[in-house]
Amino acid sequence: MRRPGDFRARQHPAYWAFLAHRLSGLGLALFLPVHFWALGQALTGADALEDFLRATDQPLFKFAEWGLVVLLGLHMMGGVRLLLIEFGSGTGLRKNWIAGTAGVGVVAGLAFALALAR
Amino acid sequence: MDALLKVRVWRGARDGAFSLYDVPRQESQTVLDVVTHIQRHLEPTLSYRYACRVGMCGSCAMTVNGRPRWTCRTHVAKVADGDTLEIAPLANLPVIKDLATDMSEFFDKWARARGQFQGSATRHEPFATVSPESAERQAANAGIECIGCGVCYASCDVVEWRPEFLGPAALNRAWTLANDVRDVAQRERLRAVAGDVGCHACHTQGSCTERCPKQLQPTVSIAGLKRLAGRAAIRGKL
Ligand code: SF4
Ligand code: SF4
Ligand code: FES
Repeated sequence: MRRPGDFRARQHPAYWAFLAHRLSGLGLALFLPVHFWALGQALTGADALEDFLRATDQPLFKFAEWGLVVLLGLHMMGGVRLLLIEFGSGTGLRKNWIAGTAGVGVVAGLAFALALAR
Repeated sequence: MDALLKVRVWRGARDGAFSLYDVPRQESQTVLDVVTHIQRHLEPTLSYRYACRVGMCGSCAMTVNGRPRWTCRTHVAKVADGDTLEIAPLANLPVIKDLATDMSEFFDKWARARGQFQGSATRHEPFATVSPESAERQAANAGIECIGCGVCYASCDVVEWRPEFLGPAALNRAWTLANDVRDVAQRERLRAVAGDVGCHACHTQGSCTERCPKQLQPTVSIAGLKRLAGRAAIRGKL
């Protein structure tokens, strides 16, 4: 029998960064088909797209949009960090970039919320 | 320091459970001291493994309060949760009994990752000269102090998800040899580590680097292997 890893062993920033990157990536991947479907509405005519766009004016959609922006911010910064580890010179787990990722996530979230509120 | 430490120790293998022991606290006491006290005074049938007691042999690693650690150099004062300590065998390895795991697959993977040096010179030829300043030598130096304790292996999620994954220590070893300019088995080694249970399976979670008691960075070594393998593939030399 093997013992599985303990959750206490996973409590460190690089693991959180992995989780954030994986979950934001999954979230974005789920969004993509919806995105293409929405764009596809343009093919069935301008009216269909207009109808759809009007439907997206609801608060629930706005909230989803906000989530999307945050996910994009997190995933982009996390991706740059991974590229730096894999291709950059120097060593370490680039924890400064983990902090930066969290920061960009917060800033993107606040900025977009502000833009929505205006 | 006269207090008692409440120690939960894993007993058994497949069907096991934690047993509770009271161990007197001492100054500068290590987790290995605690386990040894239990075996000598409270539970003579307790199985565990150690040899050097000074952080060189890599045989004493266990899971202490949830995290893999080298027990001979881990002070109780640093890891105890109040007055409690939980000691279990390493994760990701078959448990033989109590705190002893079967490490054969861990070392077999070193061999599978071509962790053996292969030179071409004989004893009749002059020594190879390798500048300590060269990039290769420095990269090898950064990973060479591995003691084979298995802490990284026990903390890696990818090992848990894909039991065939070669794991951080074997790949770190392969990286030190990939930077050995005297070695003549580079292509074979790269082939051995570039498969889908090799370096490309690593998700860069960094648990190995976070937990390695020798402060090595297998994550960085694995990234180096990924670059080497990528470059060789582009040049059609893999
Ligand atoms: S960096 Fe790679 S090898 Fe190290 S623990 Fe993470 S997934 Fe495993
Ligand atoms: S790389 Fe570090 S944690 Fe892994 S076996 Fe070597 S010394 Fe132990
Ligand atoms: S007993 Fe040798 S490293 Fe701990």
